[in-house]
Amino acid sequence: MPCREHRLLRLRVKGLAQDNGLKTMTFQALAQIVVSGLLMGLIYALIAAGLSLIFGLMDVVNFAHGEFLMMAMYAMFGLVLALAVDPVLLMPIVAGLMFALGAIVYLGVVRHAMRAKVNAGMVQVFATFGLAIVLRGLAQLFFTPDFRSIPNTWLGGKTLNLGGIFLPWPQLFGGAVSIAAFVGLYLLISRTDFGRALAATREDAGAVALVGIDRNKVFTIGWGLGAGLVGLAGSVMAIFFYIHPDVGGPFALTAYVTVALGGFGSIFGALAAGVIIGLIEAITATILPTEMKSLGIYAAYLAVVFVRPRGLFGNI
Amino acid sequence: MLIWGTATVLEVQSITTTYQGLIAISDVSIDVKQGEIVVVAGANGAGKSTLLKSISGMERPKSGSVSFEGSRIDGVAGHDITARGIAYVPENRRLFPRLSVRDNLMLGSYLHRKKADRDAPLQQVFELFPRLAERLDQRAETLSGGEQQMLAISRALMTRPKLLMLDEPSQGIMPKLVDEIFRAIVTIRALGLTILLVEQRLIESLEIADRAFILQTGRVVLAGTADEVGANPDIRRAYLGM
Repeated sequence: MPCREHRLLRLRVKGLAQDNGLKTMTFQALAQIVVSGLLMGLIYALIAAGLSLIFGLMDVVNFAHGEFLMMAMYAMFGLVLALAVDPVLLMPIVAGLMFALGAIVYLGVVRHAMRAKVNAGMVQVFATFGLAIVLRGLAQLFFTPDFRSIPNTWLGGKTLNLGGIFLPWPQLFGGAVSIAAFVGLYLLISRTDFGRALAATREDAGAVALVGIDRNKVFTIGWGLGAGLVGLAGSVMAIFFYIHPDVGGPFALTAYVTVALGGFGSIFGALAAGVIIGLIEAITATILPTEMKSLGIYAAYLAVVFVRPRGLFGNI
Repeated sequence: MLIWGTATVLEVQSITTTYQGLIAISDVSIDVKQGEIVVVAGANGAGKSTLLKSISGMERPKSGSVSFEGSRIDGVAGHDITARGIAYVPENRRLFPRLSVRDNLMLGSYLHRKKADRDAPLQQVFELFPRLAERLDQRAETLSGGEQQMLAISRALMTRPKLLMLDEPSQGIMPKLVDEIFRAIVTIRALGLTILLVEQRLIESLEIADRAFILQTGRVVLAGTADEVGANPDIRRAYLGM
């Protein structure tokens, strides 16, 4: 991804690699690639988590997931402008707003699409795809297609020098947020009654009424959580990435690959797959010209589709 | 058999329900009184399952009314009907197959958050079906047919219902376990529950039931006490081969 710090790092790594020749690449340069890939991978995993959660819960692919990311970034941008508070402190507000957006999208759009009597699958695809176009259009109308960024943040542009390995603070922070979010998700799913209700609804949404669970409520909260998770990712990305109406597209594409690689509907598969994709991307970007850095991801994806179509951790 | 109470718990008044555009039950009326075991019997396709679905909120009757403890419940959402005290064990059980036995049971008590409200019915369930206690960590799908039926009944009991509706609990189960399940139904009634049982095995059902309704092609063709229905010449000819 063409982020500012990341590109600087890559140039640095490339410089190191070229100075010594690829064969004699130093341990430092290798560690740099691995750690940068790992951190970006954790952010990819966080972006994919919500997509995976919603798909696993109700077999609906949210084609507006990238636009959710974009909305979260603009929400952060707007809040920073309005309140003059650092993005780190505003994250919970953005996540909360995105939770509300997700719930509203389910109640206002997806719920109705699911009621389609004929070809419900296609209706869902077009409903969320249409929503993506609407959200993008609205962003262009209200925010203009200009690229924006949030200047002068606590973390933006700062790097941590760890014995010659340079780690950008925004990505470090993003990795920590991602891990915290997955730990939170794990606790929610494995330790709470609502987590059990989520699991039951995944198993048989038509049967949860037998134990008094309102599946619409579970679906609404599921969409809220899915959007809230991408809201966290967007909050982090707003610190180190340009914000514009089309920013979500490429990230959403990576997220779909992540979900497919991890196994459809497997939230923790998405975590593993996100990290793998981050690493593959970092390695590809070092070896191949920058324009071809996505090649590795899609090659890995194709390999998984051929060898293990259900994904690494899928149980479909 | 003893009729326990006189208060009518469930009153179904001339309901008609369609299934995939066809009339599945037509003008059906039944009533269930406090503490009774009432059996609804009839051949395949007579509309027995549709009747239970119409009560539990899974299907919506086209006309007629369903009242539970004096208030209308037709048109009420399924999860609300469960919350009001009707537990329904459908024909195909609808367990959560890849969740553990424990999770299935705990889901039954989803509406009851107090520990005491979970532990008491759990104790009852283990006394009723001790083998479930040994299989708490197994996935529900790994249980035998009879054990799955026991788990489905147990999950229903965990909702702390007043009325328990069972759809052919003996279906696809080895004979030894069928007896166990029929005995359990009697025990459950003794715990203070009211039971509406749908069965094809009329003879065994009449042995434990207080009253019976016979359905034929979507209509009630006979109703009475278990003894009356058992003594009916047409029934004896059709079910007992006499």
